[in-house]
Amino acid sequence: MKALKSLFLFILLVLAHSGNLLAQGEAEMADQFRADGKIYVVVTVIAIVFAGLAIWLFRLDRRIRNMENEHKD
Amino acid sequence: MHAGWKIAGVLLVGYSLVWGMLGPVPRLFVLNETIRNLYYHVTMWFGMMAMMAVSLYYSIRSLSKNRLYDDFYAEHYAQAGILLGMLGIVTGSIWARFTWGGWWVNDPKLNGAAITLLIYFAYLILRGSLDEEQKRARVSAVYNIFAFVLLIVFLMVYPRLNKVDSLHPGNGGNPAFSAYDLNSAMRWVFYPAVIGWILIGAWLAQLGARIKMLHHRRMMKKLQA
Repeated sequence: MKALKSLFLFILLVLAHSGNLLAQGEAEMADQFRADGKIYVVVTVIAIVFAGLAIWLFRLDRRIRNMENEHKD
Repeated sequence: MHAGWKIAGVLLVGYSLVWGMLGPVPRLFVLNETIRNLYYHVTMWFGMMAMMAVSLYYSIRSLSKNRLYDDFYAEHYAQAGILLGMLGIVTGSIWARFTWGGWWVNDPKLNGAAITLLIYFAYLILRGSLDEEQKRARVSAVYNIFAFVLLIVFLMVYPRLNKVDSLHPGNGGNPAFSAYDLNSAMRWVFYPAVIGWILIGAWLAQLGARIKMLHHRRMMKKLQA
Protein backbone atom coordinates (compact mmCIF):
# COMPACT_ATOMS: atom_id res chain seq x y z
CA MET A 1 0.00 0.00 0.00
CA LYS A 2 2.96 2.28 0.67
CA ALA A 3 4.04 1.90 -2.94
CA LEU A 4 0.55 2.84 -4.11
CA LYS A 5 0.48 5.93 -1.93
CA SER A 6 3.78 7.18 -3.31
CA LEU A 7 2.52 6.44 -6.81
CA PHE A 8 -0.51 8.68 -6.29
CA LEU A 9 1.78 11.35 -4.90
CA PHE A 10 3.98 11.07 -7.95
CA ILE A 11 1.03 11.46 -10.32
CA LEU A 12 -0.16 14.52 -8.44
CA LEU A 13 3.32 15.98 -8.65
CA VAL A 14 3.48 15.53 -12.41
CA LEU A 15 0.05 17.05 -12.87
CA ALA A 16 1.15 20.05 -10.84
CA HIS A 17 4.36 20.35 -12.82
CA SER A 18 2.86 20.34 -16.28
CA GLY A 19 1.73 23.19 -18.43
CA ASN A 20 5.07 24.95 -18.27
CA LEU A 21 5.93 24.19 -21.87
CA LEU A 22 4.40 26.92 -23.99
CA ALA A 23 4.29 27.09 -27.75
CA GLN A 24 7.79 27.92 -28.85
CA GLY A 25 8.09 26.96 -32.52
CA GLU A 26 6.27 26.79 -35.81
CA ALA A 27 5.98 23.03 -36.06
CA GLU A 28 2.39 22.06 -36.52
CA MET A 29 0.67 20.52 -33.55
CA ALA A 30 -2.91 19.60 -32.71
CA ASP A 31 -3.57 23.03 -31.24
CA GLN A 32 -6.97 23.45 -32.88
CA PHE A 33 -8.02 20.01 -31.78
CA ARG A 34 -7.04 20.89 -28.25
CA ALA A 35 -8.67 24.31 -28.43
CA ASP A 36 -11.96 22.70 -29.42
CA GLY A 37 -11.64 20.47 -26.41
CA LYS A 38 -12.19 17.31 -28.41
CA ILE A 39 -8.93 15.75 -27.34
CA TYR A 40 -10.57 14.97 -24.02
CA VAL A 41 -13.13 12.83 -25.80
CA VAL A 42 -10.32 10.71 -27.23
CA VAL A 43 -8.52 10.49 -23.92
CA THR A 44 -11.73 9.43 -22.18
CA VAL A 45 -12.30 6.68 -24.74
CA ILE A 46 -8.73 5.42 -24.33
CA ALA A 47 -9.06 5.45 -20.55
CA ILE A 48 -12.35 3.53 -20.64
CA VAL A 49 -10.98 0.88 -23.00
CA PHE A 50 -7.92 0.40 -20.86
CA ALA A 51 -9.95 0.28 -17.64
CA GLY A 52 -12.17 -2.39 -19.20
CA LEU A 53 -9.17 -4.50 -20.15
CA ALA A 54 -7.67 -4.08 -16.69
CA ILE A 55 -10.88 -5.15 -14.94
CA TRP A 56 -11.11 -8.18 -17.23
CA LEU A 57 -7.51 -9.10 -16.34
CA PHE A 58 -8.17 -8.77 -12.60
CA ARG A 59 -11.20 -11.03 -12.89
CA LEU A 60 -9.26 -13.61 -14.90
CA ASP A 61 -6.55 -13.48 -12.26
CA ARG A 62 -9.11 -14.16 -9.54
CA ARG A 63 -10.64 -17.06 -11.44
CA ILE A 64 -7.23 -18.67 -11.85
CA ARG A 65 -6.50 -18.14 -8.15
CA ASN A 66 -9.74 -19.87 -7.23
CA MET A 67 -8.78 -22.84 -9.40
CA GLU A 68 -5.34 -22.93 -7.77
CA ASN A 69 -6.94 -23.01 -4.33
CA GLU A 70 -9.23 -25.86 -5.37
CA HIS A 71 -6.28 -27.87 -6.58
CA LYS A 72 -4.18 -27.38 -3.50
CA ASP A 73 -5.64 -30.16 -1.33
CA MET B 1 -1.33 -6.78 -0.56
CA HIS B 2 0.17 -9.19 -3.04
CA ALA B 3 -1.72 -7.73 -6.03
CA GLY B 4 -0.11 -4.34 -5.42
CA TRP B 5 2.32 -4.57 -8.30
CA LYS B 6 -0.50 -5.38 -10.70
CA ILE B 7 -2.48 -2.35 -9.56
CA ALA B 8 0.71 -0.30 -9.85
CA GLY B 9 1.16 -1.51 -13.44
CA VAL B 10 -2.40 -0.59 -14.36
CA LEU B 11 -2.10 2.84 -12.75
CA LEU B 12 1.26 3.60 -14.36
CA VAL B 13 0.11 2.57 -17.84
CA GLY B 14 -3.25 4.31 -17.36
CA TYR B 15 -1.46 7.47 -16.32
CA SER B 16 0.86 7.26 -19.34
CA LEU B 17 -2.06 6.68 -21.74
CA VAL B 18 -3.90 9.75 -20.48
CA TRP B 19 -1.02 12.08 -19.73
CA GLY B 20 0.84 10.95 -22.84
CA MET B 21 -1.98 12.50 -24.86
CA LEU B 22 -2.49 15.62 -22.75
CA GLY B 23 0.97 16.44 -21.46
CA PRO B 24 3.33 18.94 -23.07
CA VAL B 25 5.73 17.78 -25.78
CA PRO B 26 8.37 19.66 -27.78
CA ARG B 27 7.27 21.04 -31.16
CA LEU B 28 9.32 19.31 -33.82
CA PHE B 29 8.99 19.34 -37.59
CA VAL B 30 8.09 16.09 -39.38
CA LEU B 31 7.36 14.37 -36.07
CA ASN B 32 4.70 16.85 -34.89
CA GLU B 33 2.31 15.16 -32.48
CA THR B 34 3.59 11.71 -33.40
CA ILE B 35 6.42 12.29 -30.94
CA ARG B 36 3.89 11.04 -28.42
CA ASN B 37 4.40 7.57 -29.91
CA LEU B 38 7.51 7.52 -27.77
CA TYR B 39 5.18 6.68 -24.89
CA TYR B 40 3.31 3.96 -26.77
CA HIS B 41 5.67 2.47 -29.33
CA VAL B 42 9.10 2.65 -27.71
CA THR B 43 7.76 1.33 -24.41
CA MET B 44 6.78 -1.89 -26.22
CA TRP B 45 10.44 -2.57 -27.00
CA PHE B 46 11.59 -1.79 -23.47
CA GLY B 47 8.90 -4.15 -22.21
CA MET B 48 9.86 -6.83 -24.72
CA MET B 49 13.50 -6.73 -23.69
CA ALA B 50 12.55 -6.94 -20.02
CA MET B 51 10.30 -9.97 -20.71
CA MET B 52 13.09 -11.75 -22.57
CA ALA B 53 15.54 -11.01 -19.75
CA VAL B 54 13.15 -12.55 -17.22
CA SER B 55 12.58 -15.49 -19.57
CA LEU B 56 16.35 -15.99 -19.69
CA TYR B 57 16.47 -15.89 -15.90
CA TYR B 58 13.87 -18.67 -15.65
CA SER B 59 15.61 -20.72 -18.34
CA ILE B 60 18.88 -20.60 -16.42
CA ARG B 61 17.03 -21.48 -13.22
CA SER B 62 15.28 -24.38 -14.89
CA LEU B 63 18.65 -25.68 -16.06
CA SER B 64 20.33 -25.36 -12.68
CA LYS B 65 17.46 -26.47 -10.43
CA ASN B 66 15.76 -28.78 -12.91
CA ARG B 67 12.28 -27.58 -11.97
CA LEU B 68 9.60 -27.88 -14.61
CA TYR B 69 7.67 -24.85 -13.40
CA ASP B 70 10.62 -22.59 -14.13
CA ASP B 71 10.43 -23.80 -17.70
CA PHE B 72 6.74 -22.83 -17.86
CA TYR B 73 7.61 -19.35 -16.67
CA ALA B 74 10.41 -19.06 -19.22
CA GLU B 75 7.99 -20.02 -21.99
CA HIS B 76 5.30 -17.56 -20.98
CA TYR B 77 7.66 -14.66 -20.41
CA ALA B 78 9.00 -15.27 -23.92
CA GLN B 79 5.43 -15.30 -25.23
CA ALA B 80 4.64 -12.01 -23.50
CA GLY B 81 7.86 -10.59 -24.95
CA ILE B 82 6.87 -11.73 -28.44
CA LEU B 83 3.46 -10.10 -28.00
CA LEU B 84 5.04 -6.78 -27.01
CA GLY B 85 7.63 -7.11 -29.79
CA MET B 86 4.97 -7.72 -32.43
CA LEU B 87 2.99 -4.73 -31.19
CA GLY B 88 6.25 -2.78 -31.35
CA ILE B 89 6.88 -3.76 -34.96
CA VAL B 90 3.33 -3.00 -36.11
CA THR B 91 3.16 0.36 -34.33
CA GLY B 92 6.65 1.23 -35.54
CA SER B 93 5.61 0.46 -39.09
CA ILE B 94 2.65 2.85 -38.81
CA TRP B 95 4.83 5.56 -37.29
CA ALA B 96 7.41 5.06 -40.06
CA ARG B 97 4.73 5.44 -42.74
CA PHE B 98 3.83 8.93 -41.55
CA THR B 99 7.27 10.25 -40.68
CA TRP B 100 9.74 8.41 -42.91
CA GLY B 101 7.33 7.77 -45.76
CA GLY B 102 7.32 3.97 -45.88
CA TRP B 103 5.76 1.07 -44.00
CA TRP B 104 9.15 -0.60 -43.87
CA VAL B 105 12.42 1.17 -44.44
CA ASN B 106 15.78 -0.53 -44.69
CA ASP B 107 16.86 0.51 -41.24
CA PRO B 108 19.19 -1.58 -39.06
CA LYS B 109 16.90 -1.24 -36.09
CA LEU B 110 13.86 -2.49 -38.02
CA ASN B 111 15.72 -5.40 -39.54
CA GLY B 112 17.35 -6.25 -36.23
CA ALA B 113 13.94 -6.24 -34.54
CA ALA B 114 12.47 -8.49 -37.24
CA ILE B 115 15.35 -10.96 -36.93
CA THR B 116 15.00 -10.99 -33.14
CA LEU B 117 11.31 -11.81 -33.39
CA LEU B 118 12.06 -14.64 -35.83
CA ILE B 119 14.61 -16.03 -33.37
CA TYR B 120 11.95 -16.11 -30.65
CA PHE B 121 9.34 -17.61 -33.00
CA ALA B 122 11.87 -20.39 -33.51
CA TYR B 123 12.04 -20.78 -29.73
CA LEU B 124 8.30 -21.47 -29.59
CA ILE B 125 8.49 -23.81 -32.60
CA LEU B 126 11.36 -25.68 -30.96
CA ARG B 127 9.27 -26.11 -27.83
CA GLY B 128 6.32 -27.34 -29.83
CA SER B 129 8.43 -29.96 -31.55
CA LEU B 130 9.61 -31.68 -28.36
CA ASP B 131 7.10 -33.98 -26.65
CA GLU B 132 9.05 -35.15 -23.64
CA GLU B 133 8.77 -32.34 -21.11
CA GLN B 134 12.11 -32.76 -19.30
CA LYS B 135 13.94 -32.80 -22.59
CA ARG B 136 11.89 -29.87 -23.84
CA ALA B 137 12.79 -27.88 -20.73
CA ARG B 138 16.51 -28.49 -21.16
CA VAL B 139 16.83 -28.04 -24.92
CA SER B 140 14.67 -24.93 -25.03
CA ALA B 141 16.47 -23.39 -22.05
CA VAL B 142 19.79 -23.73 -23.84
CA TYR B 143 18.27 -22.26 -26.99
CA ASN B 144 16.80 -19.39 -24.96
CA ILE B 145 20.26 -18.43 -23.72
CA PHE B 146 21.49 -18.24 -27.32
CA ALA B 147 18.36 -16.30 -28.28
CA PHE B 148 18.98 -13.66 -25.64
CA VAL B 149 22.57 -13.20 -26.74
CA LEU B 150 21.32 -12.68 -30.29
CA LEU B 151 18.70 -10.22 -29.02
CA ILE B 152 21.47 -8.15 -27.45
CA VAL B 153 23.42 -8.28 -30.68
CA PHE B 154 20.54 -7.40 -33.01
CA LEU B 155 18.69 -4.87 -30.87
CA MET B 156 21.47 -3.18 -28.94
CA VAL B 157 24.83 -3.67 -30.68
CA TYR B 158 24.15 -3.86 -34.41
CA PRO B 159 22.03 -0.67 -34.75
CA ARG B 160 24.56 1.29 -32.70
CA LEU B 161 27.56 0.47 -34.87
CA ASN B 162 28.99 3.62 -36.36
CA LYS B 163 29.19 1.98 -39.76
CA VAL B 164 25.41 1.56 -40.15
CA ASP B 165 23.17 4.58 -40.46
CA SER B 166 19.80 4.47 -38.83
CA LEU B 167 16.80 6.74 -38.98
CA HIS B 168 16.17 5.95 -35.36
CA PRO B 169 17.50 8.42 -32.85
CA GLY B 170 20.22 7.12 -30.64
CA ASN B 171 21.80 4.95 -33.31
CA GLY B 172 24.88 5.32 -35.41
CA GLY B 173 26.77 6.29 -32.29
CA ASN B 174 24.42 8.82 -30.70
CA PRO B 175 23.20 8.55 -27.15
CA ALA B 176 19.63 7.41 -27.06
CA PHE B 177 17.47 10.47 -26.60
CA SER B 178 19.53 13.30 -28.02
CA ALA B 179 17.59 13.60 -31.26
CA TYR B 180 14.28 13.98 -29.48
CA ASP B 181 15.80 16.41 -27.07
CA LEU B 182 13.69 14.47 -24.63
CA ASN B 183 12.74 17.14 -22.18
CA SER B 184 12.01 16.54 -18.55
CA ALA B 185 8.24 16.65 -19.15
CA MET B 186 8.50 13.68 -21.53
CA ARG B 187 10.66 11.69 -19.15
CA TRP B 188 7.92 12.01 -16.54
CA VAL B 189 5.63 10.06 -18.81
CA PHE B 190 8.09 7.79 -20.61
CA TYR B 191 9.78 6.10 -17.67
CA PRO B 192 6.57 5.45 -15.71
CA ALA B 193 5.13 3.99 -18.93
CA VAL B 194 8.11 1.65 -19.31
CA ILE B 195 7.77 0.42 -15.73
CA GLY B 196 4.00 0.05 -16.12
CA TRP B 197 4.25 -1.99 -19.31
CA ILE B 198 6.91 -4.24 -17.78
CA LEU B 199 4.58 -4.92 -14.84
CA ILE B 200 1.62 -5.64 -17.13
CA GLY B 201 3.75 -7.86 -19.36
CA ALA B 202 4.90 -9.77 -16.29
CA TRP B 203 1.28 -10.11 -15.22
CA LEU B 204 0.26 -11.61 -18.59
CA ALA B 205 3.20 -13.99 -18.50
CA GLN B 206 2.40 -15.03 -14.96
CA LEU B 207 -1.25 -15.74 -15.81
CA GLY B 208 -0.21 -17.95 -18.71
CA ALA B 209 2.31 -19.85 -16.60
CA ARG B 210 -0.20 -20.36 -13.79
CA ILE B 211 -2.76 -21.82 -16.19
CA LYS B 212 -0.11 -24.15 -17.55
CA MET B 213 0.89 -25.25 -14.03
CA LEU B 214 -2.75 -25.97 -13.20
CA HIS B 215 -3.09 -27.98 -16.37
CA HIS B 216 0.08 -29.89 -15.59
CA ARG B 217 -1.03 -30.67 -12.03
CA ARG B 218 -4.30 -32.05 -13.37
CA MET B 219 -2.50 -34.25 -15.87
CA MET B 220 -0.28 -35.65 -13.13
CA LYS B 221 -3.32 -36.43 -10.99
CA LYS B 222 -4.94 -38.24 -13.88
CA LEU B 223 -1.79 -40.30 -14.41
CA GLN B 224 -1.71 -41.28 -10.75
CA ALA B 225 -5.37 -42.26 -10.70
